[in-house]
Amino acid sequence: MTRWRSEVLLEVKDLQVFYGRIQAIRGISFSVAEGEIVTLIGANGAGKTTTMKTMSGVRPVAAGSVRFDGKDITKMASHKRVELGIGQAPEGRGIFPGMTVRENLDMGMYLRKDRKSGAAAADLERVLILFPRLRERINQAGGSMSGGEQQMLAIARALMGRPRLLLLDEPSMGLAPMLINQIFRIISEINAQGTTVLLVEQNAAKALKIATRAYVLESGEIVKTGKGSDLLNDSAVRDAYLGGK
Amino acid sequence: MNATPSGDTTPKTVNKITELLGATRRRKGLGIGEKWNALPKQARICIALVAVALLYLLPWINPPIIRTEDTDFASLLAGTVVPYVLVALGLNVVVGMAGLLDLGYVGFFAVGAYSVGVLTSKHASLPWFLAMFIAIAISMVFGAILGAPTLRLRGDYLAIVTLGFGEIIRLSAQNFGWLGASEGISSIKRPPSIGPLKFTVLENKGYWVFGLSLILLTVFLISLLETSRVGRAWTAIREDEDAAELMGVPTFKFKLWAFAIGAAVGGLAGAFYAGKLNTIYPRDFEVQKSILFLAAVVLGGLGNRWGAILGGFLVAYLPERFRFVSDKRYFFFGLVLMIMMIFRPQGLLPRRLGRGRAKGIDIRKHRAGEDEDDLGVVRSSGRG
Ligand SMILES: Nc1ncnc2c1ncn2[C@@H]1O[C@H](COP(=O)(O)OP(=O)(O)OP(=O)(O)O)[C@@H](O)[C@H]1O
Ligand SMILES: [Mg+2]
Repeated sequence: MTRWRSEVLLEVKDLQVFYGRIQAIRGISFSVAEGEIVTLIGANGAGKTTTMKTMSGVRPVAAGSVRFDGKDITKMASHKRVELGIGQAPEGRGIFPGMTVRENLDMGMYLRKDRKSGAAAADLERVLILFPRLRERINQAGGSMSGGEQQMLAIARALMGRPRLLLLDEPSMGLAPMLINQIFRIISEINAQGTTVLLVEQNAAKALKIATRAYVLESGEIVKTGKGSDLLNDSAVRDAYLGGK
Repeated sequence: MNATPSGDTTPKTVNKITELLGATRRRKGLGIGEKWNALPKQARICIALVAVALLYLLPWINPPIIRTEDTDFASLLAGTVVPYVLVALGLNVVVGMAGLLDLGYVGFFAVGAYSVGVLTSKHASLPWFLAMFIAIAISMVFGAILGAPTLRLRGDYLAIVTLGFGEIIRLSAQNFGWLGASEGISSIKRPPSIGPLKFTVLENKGYWVFGLSLILLTVFLISLLETSRVGRAWTAIREDEDAAELMGVPTFKFKLWAFAIGAAVGGLAGAFYAGKLNTIYPRDFEVQKSILFLAAVVLGGLGNRWGAILGGFLVAYLPERFRFVSDKRYFFFGLVLMIMMIFRPQGLLPRRLGRGRAKGIDIRKHRAGEDEDDLGVVRSSGRG
């Protein structure tokens, strides 16, 4: 499904976000086209999570606009954005701890009318193939799984809603090196199967490798943008985010 | 501690007390649950029918040991047990299912009772059943009115605002002459006879049959909700409100529904109470009642409707049954509650995992360092 689509799916213009009087986002603009993996990289406190929360509607916008699929969603409630096709695996996972893995995945389909159909079963099968670990733990309480397993569950749950745009906030956080590679492979795979991805990462090297395009965020401002491969070779980016050399 | 059978770790006396309360049920209880599900469907229906029939006949059977010596058993069942069980069922929707801590639930109970009082005695003379339905509707509106501005608050703040609401309702009743002020409302109508069912001062059995029917109907309707999309939304909200929103659950709307439905059931309980006692005073609706109501739900097991019924029954029944210890009975009652919560924090009949109900409300979430323990319980007891 890597067919060429230049349609812009998500378009953010001059976005400003505040926490009380602290301005976390200082007028950023970026876009995600259908079929892309776009990544936001930046240091701790740069404003990556804040940006993601604004996209999913958990944080209100002070100024600027957010458009999804041509519609202005700047002021739209979170749950309505899910209806439009924005799915999220939030930072800190946010799984339902007392529900089993299966019930968590079922919640991911909350808005789907075809929950009991073959399509839903096929989607379940698809995510269980992506994350075999979840199949082994299907009847275990979400909260009793390891951090990495919860991370997988959060991503899998978001996929069950068949989002058009998947927001991933630090999916590799707290994972063992081997699992990190696996997660990035899975993100590429999800994208290849047709889901557009907006990815926030600390692990800049890995994120840039799979990204179509990337934005570098610094203290709430975008300081650089370009193709993933170009930024990977950019000396300033290398010094700041890829450990120099 | 919780994952091991309590018999291994607890002193004998404590064990006896908890046993008296049926607290060791988990050891045997799980077995019962499994056996129950293993029974053929006809057998289950038969047993359920017999149990319901026995419940209806309770005041006629007047079983020794269970019956109260100092109070008329039928009167206790009708006047106290029915309202408490209804209240526990309604509060369980709000606190147990949706996870919203409501400390002013007595307010809805009062609204229901006063509605019937005003409509059948004080300012009008409507037929009792019509007044009951109007009381339910008014309570529901009050639930929505309280919920709309407050449900954006979380946890502790919501608890405090609802606590204030309960007091405002009581103080209004206390101070408005239109509501009878401190004299309350008297000569409230009784339900009219339905065939052989009579509702008089001396005839409590009719109230019991009517009240038990209300309870069964409420349980049925709540079960329908619980297994529907509404129930799944409530569970998700209770577990993690932000995550629920990200799944597309309109959390505010469903919290408001939980409040309104809970309020309606509370109002029904109040209406029944007014129709049974015929006189209501503002002091019947003090803040302690809210706490007792909450105790009933927590004791029974948050989020489990059978637990709510059991908790409501025990909170209504135990103080009367042990009336011989007279004024110390609430002391013992409190003691029993504390012991219960130490050895069985998830309540007598905890919610089951496999159905998406495992974790308690905020009260327990805030108890640091208990998370793993909770999950341990969930894992060891939730497979059934
Ligand atoms: N709830 C909050 N209240 C006040 N300030 C906040 C809040 N959340 C974030 N901030 C501030 O906003 C800025 C951006 O935070 P954000 O969480 O978006 O960073 P981030 O790029 O995701 O960092 P990290 O890589 O550590 O996750 C930080 O300076 C942070 O201190
Ligand atoms: Mg972050």
